[in-house]
Amino acid sequence: MVETKRRRRLAHLSILAAALMLGTTLSACQGGAMGGGGNAASNTSGPIKIGMLLDQTGELSLAGQPMLKSAQMAIADVNAKGGVLGRKLALTSYDPQSDNSKYAQYANQLAGQDKVDVIMGGITSASREAIRPVTDRTKTLYMYNEPYEGGVCDKNTFLNGATLDQTISPLIPFGIKKFGPKVYVVAADYNFGHDAAKWVQKLTAKAGGTVVNTEFVPLNVSDFNSIINHIQAAKPDIVASMLVGSNHVAFYRAYAAAGLNQSTPILSETFGLSGEQVVLAPKEAHNIYVAASYYAALNRPENVAFKKLWHQANGADYQEPTAQDVDVWNGIHMYAEAVKKAGTTDRTKVIAALESGITFDGPGGPVSVDPKTHHTIYDVEIAQTNTSHTFDIVKTTPQVQPTWEQSVCDLQAKPDVNKQFTLP
Amino acid sequence: MDMSQAAAIVLSVVNSIALLVIISVGLAVIFGMMGLINLATGEFLMLGAYMTVTFYRLGMGFWVAAILGSLSVGLFGIIIERCLIRFLYGRLAAMMLATWGLSLIMIQVVTLIFGTSTQSLPTPLGSFKIGGYSFSDYSVVVDVAALAMLGLVYVVFTKTRYGTMARAATLDATMASVIGIDVRRVNMLTFGFGAALSGLGGALLSALAGVVPTFGQQYVGNAFMTVISGGAAVLTGTASASVLLGGVQGLVSNASTAFFGSISLLLVAIVLLRFMPNGISGKWGRRF
Repeated sequence: MVETKRRRRLAHLSILAAALMLGTTLSACQGGAMGGGGNAASNTSGPIKIGMLLDQTGELSLAGQPMLKSAQMAIADVNAKGGVLGRKLALTSYDPQSDNSKYAQYANQLAGQDKVDVIMGGITSASREAIRPVTDRTKTLYMYNEPYEGGVCDKNTFLNGATLDQTISPLIPFGIKKFGPKVYVVAADYNFGHDAAKWVQKLTAKAGGTVVNTEFVPLNVSDFNSIINHIQAAKPDIVASMLVGSNHVAFYRAYAAAGLNQSTPILSETFGLSGEQVVLAPKEAHNIYVAASYYAALNRPENVAFKKLWHQANGADYQEPTAQDVDVWNGIHMYAEAVKKAGTTDRTKVIAALESGITFDGPGGPVSVDPKTHHTIYDVEIAQTNTSHTFDIVKTTPQVQPTWEQSVCDLQAKPDVNKQFTLP
Repeated sequence: MDMSQAAAIVLSVVNSIALLVIISVGLAVIFGMMGLINLATGEFLMLGAYMTVTFYRLGMGFWVAAILGSLSVGLFGIIIERCLIRFLYGRLAAMMLATWGLSLIMIQVVTLIFGTSTQSLPTPLGSFKIGGYSFSDYSVVVDVAALAMLGLVYVVFTKTRYGTMARAATLDATMASVIGIDVRRVNMLTFGFGAALSGLGGALLSALAGVVPTFGQQYVGNAFMTVISGGAAVLTGTASASVLLGGVQGLVSNASTAFFGSISLLLVAIVLLRFMPNGISGKWGRRF
């Protein structure tokens, strides 16, 4: 009897313990906003201050570290070419430590105490949404230099990364035309995955294909047996993967281990974001097509020059730049161009200058601001995995507009709209 | 449903069961034989995975790397038992806090050494076909390995001198020491054996999923569910709970989605523990 009681207590305690551990994992995902901060007055002398928030530690440091290097390179590049309006650019950077509450805190600090002329940064959408209320309240210009799901419509915010709409729009029709009309969708079971699945659905129908099934996979699932069976039963022509994170790497493994990648190619907007092409063996990453606004393999003179600078600054063996690193480079140059054109760092005048259609010839192709939506018009590349852990360019679609954002957001007609639109 | 589809479902259900066995058998040995709740069990899996990746990168074949990975986690377990666990026997709450702390430390140390980027090694072997369905050879290896791990536990605890002593120490530690069994030594070896089994589980998983410092966290919940549902009997309890929970999860995942599969596992475990608070093996007289 005593024995039974002890066992029972053990059982209860260990369930409690498991619940505790789950709790800590979940609470790590939450953040909060802080108050405070005043109006940032525009400085007229001394260096032009660029505030930067990119994670240098924690789980997002993998993305944040090269992005900050890119920012330092861009600022050095602008200064080497004489600066802006006779003034130098200066970087004020904080490390938000992959913690969303620190994003709000440091954004307040940049706006209130450091009185920077522009705040840039944020990696995840959650971090962007932690910064945006602060920059809106303190009337500090904000630039988000990162590919994202799309839909933000805010007079004070410029979005220098390609949206889901821009990258998926060329990819899905390309896949359907090349491989056939039956598409099977596997997507991560959270906000981004659901948005991405809606886009695939919409674009597949438009391209004359059919989505045979959509399966959402929780982020903590790494057992893909049943999903592989479902795919084999449905016999699609293409699998569209919008999976995210280290657990979902197991999908590409299981897919290749079952031999499916020999017969059915994968289209993905997310493959490569966590370095999947490096993590997986080439035979596991075989037959995967991706899309983004930049790949290091691009053979343009601007890219050759950029990569030379990149390796000079960071070492010959340093990893190749990615789309988000290039977005930071482009963002800073576009801001510099806009200040030149405005003749001042005054926020409203810089916004007006950006809205006049600033263009910059970036490493991935010419980029320009779309005045109506504050998004960016980009060349979009479709690329394919190769045997050397990188991507080969397959097709370039020049000057892709943020079409969907243009259909819902017009900041010239309605400058007071401040929200993120989502697909119905 | 044709024959090949039925075969596909059977194979995937068997694999779900095998995955539960390989993540929980190490925990079951430590819990069942020592009555000790090891909250660092997920990190033992993680360490096994990292050691396997490391040995593999040093040029060893996957199989050698996996076995060395498992053995090194066993050795690590013995060191931890000597330096930490042995001071806390009989103090359940202190033990839980200490092992939880250990798990946090292990995650941070591995992050410092390997960084946060995903490590991995390719899934060994190829694939085979039944009708229109193809399967990975490696999933069959995992099934066989799960059986072998249960077999190993059976042989070690029933056919060896150490096993007999360990069971005696579990039933009545005082009596065991009176008849000349060195209970401290037995506890050390049992903890090390459990750790090595967790390490082997992690080694096998390293060829399936991406390996990150928080690798263990995704499995620890299911491992606890399986061991608690199984009850105190190390072998029969864990095996029957894996079959029940893994079977339901596999069938539901195949019939609907992986999301409902995960939910069904937890639901079955909760209902089972409501009516059988001591787990499946709670009413069985024998301890093994």
